[in-house]
Amino acid sequence: MTTAISVHDVTVHYGDVLALDHATLEVQAGRVCGLIGMNGSGKSTLFKTITGLVRPDSGTVRVNDESPGRARKSGAVGYVPQSEDVDWAFPLSVRDVVMTGRYGHMGFMRHARRTDHEAVDDALERVELTEYANRQIGQLSGGQKKRVFVARGIAQGATILLLDEPFAGVDKRSEATITRLLRELADAGATVLVSTHDLHALPDLADEAVLLMRRVLMHGDPDEVLQPDNLALAFGLDVLNRGEN
Amino acid sequence: MNLIDFFLEPLSYDFMVRALATTLIASIVCAVLSCWLVLIGWSLMGDAVSHAVLPGVVLAYIVGAPFALGAVVFGFLAVALIGAVRDTSRVKEDAAIGIVFTTLFALGLVLISVTPSQTDLNHIIFGNLLGVSWADLIQVIILGAITFAILVTKRRDFTLYAFDPTHAHAIGLNPKILGAALLGLLALTAVVALQAVGVILVVAMLIIPGATAYLLTDRFGRMLVVAPAISAACAVIGLYLSYYLDTASGGMVVLAQGAVFALVYLFSPRHGLIGTRVMSTRRRRALASAQ
Repeated sequence: MTTAISVHDVTVHYGDVLALDHATLEVQAGRVCGLIGMNGSGKSTLFKTITGLVRPDSGTVRVNDESPGRARKSGAVGYVPQSEDVDWAFPLSVRDVVMTGRYGHMGFMRHARRTDHEAVDDALERVELTEYANRQIGQLSGGQKKRVFVARGIAQGATILLLDEPFAGVDKRSEATITRLLRELADAGATVLVSTHDLHALPDLADEAVLLMRRVLMHGDPDEVLQPDNLALAFGLDVLNRGEN
Repeated sequence: MNLIDFFLEPLSYDFMVRALATTLIASIVCAVLSCWLVLIGWSLMGDAVSHAVLPGVVLAYIVGAPFALGAVVFGFLAVALIGAVRDTSRVKEDAAIGIVFTTLFALGLVLISVTPSQTDLNHIIFGNLLGVSWADLIQVIILGAITFAILVTKRRDFTLYAFDPTHAHAIGLNPKILGAALLGLLALTAVVALQAVGVILVVAMLIIPGATAYLLTDRFGRMLVVAPAISAACAVIGLYLSYYLDTASGGMVVLAQGAVFALVYLFSPRHGLIGTRVMSTRRRRALASAQ
């Protein structure tokens, strides 16, 4: 197995605020890894170090055994943003957004060629949004909206997919669809890193789980990481309310 | 007077031909840029930069440099100062914008007051369409063409920057450069448009056409056509009205844009006030009759 994401001893400060504290994490290619932790535990910062948006104060980050900057240029990392970070009234269609995944492969004017159109068609089919291709992105359900951005990552040809809270505001059925989709992508060799608050769904979704509290408290099998004692380390309370039984 | 005479008579004057050409170019370039400004949420930034270029233009006039150079320098200076005040004090961004651009604008006014040849420079503030010289027009054509060409060739990158800068970064584009390019083009556009309507009203041409088009379509590509078309039509209507009614030309152009926005705001089929009310009433009736 090859290592897709390698974060080694990474520390990040925003001014005086410590966001990541000697975090170390390795994810192998073809795995779905669930990232759990409280708000402010450094999940978003970890994503930003992997995309190269934030440069660590110390430590190293390798993506597909390259620097994040290089991986960025080759379009290796796809990013699915949190819903609240997206302007859903923006006048773009589903197809327009998925096409932006191809920009790294296009020329100066980002003129779409046949291969680009085909990649977009394929991606839309994979996420079952073909019939919605010409809809404005705001006119979709919560789950469909998420799939648009997954399709963008597929069209991009990303081998690593980062998803920030993909299940917030998504109904159970769409959640199952997205979970299945991520599983298929991982089986085809992609690496999927998902931050989520939805602890119940984690064992179905992920091969492994990471408990983050500015540093990596635990990394292992989801069932093991979700033991109440372990969660108490990260959240300071029994989040699953299983203690009473 | 028949319709043909109505349109041709003013054009028998050279100054009206130059005025029409200047307004058309300015209104089209401003309208294209405005599509991004209203979507990024940079309307206030447009206001700030278009005012803050004033001292730059006056200084350029004094030392005999091109207006565009002074404008771009002060445009970026304004943005840098706004960012500095916002990030290094507890003052919020809207206040930072208000402080920086009014101060720079005031500096421009003071510079004008101490510079000989005041008549020329006061036209920068209110615009002087009817006094546009051939040299002015050539400058407007060159700057307008450069700005327009960059905006159109890199339109997809700018749109991605406006929509999702994080993704732009993730696929190897440079969002910082794209943002800076838009701000630079904003300063250039301000120079183009201040000939037509003056520094004070430039911001109208930088916001109204994009906002109007945004109420008419859900496709960015169409916004880029609709906004300049509306803006150009308003330029012609405003200019002819000012000719026949003997009113301020820059003011008339902006009034025409404001009037069109009001109509679209009320009557746009999908996003207009009345259209959305009618649709929700219909939906309610359909629901009621279904029960």
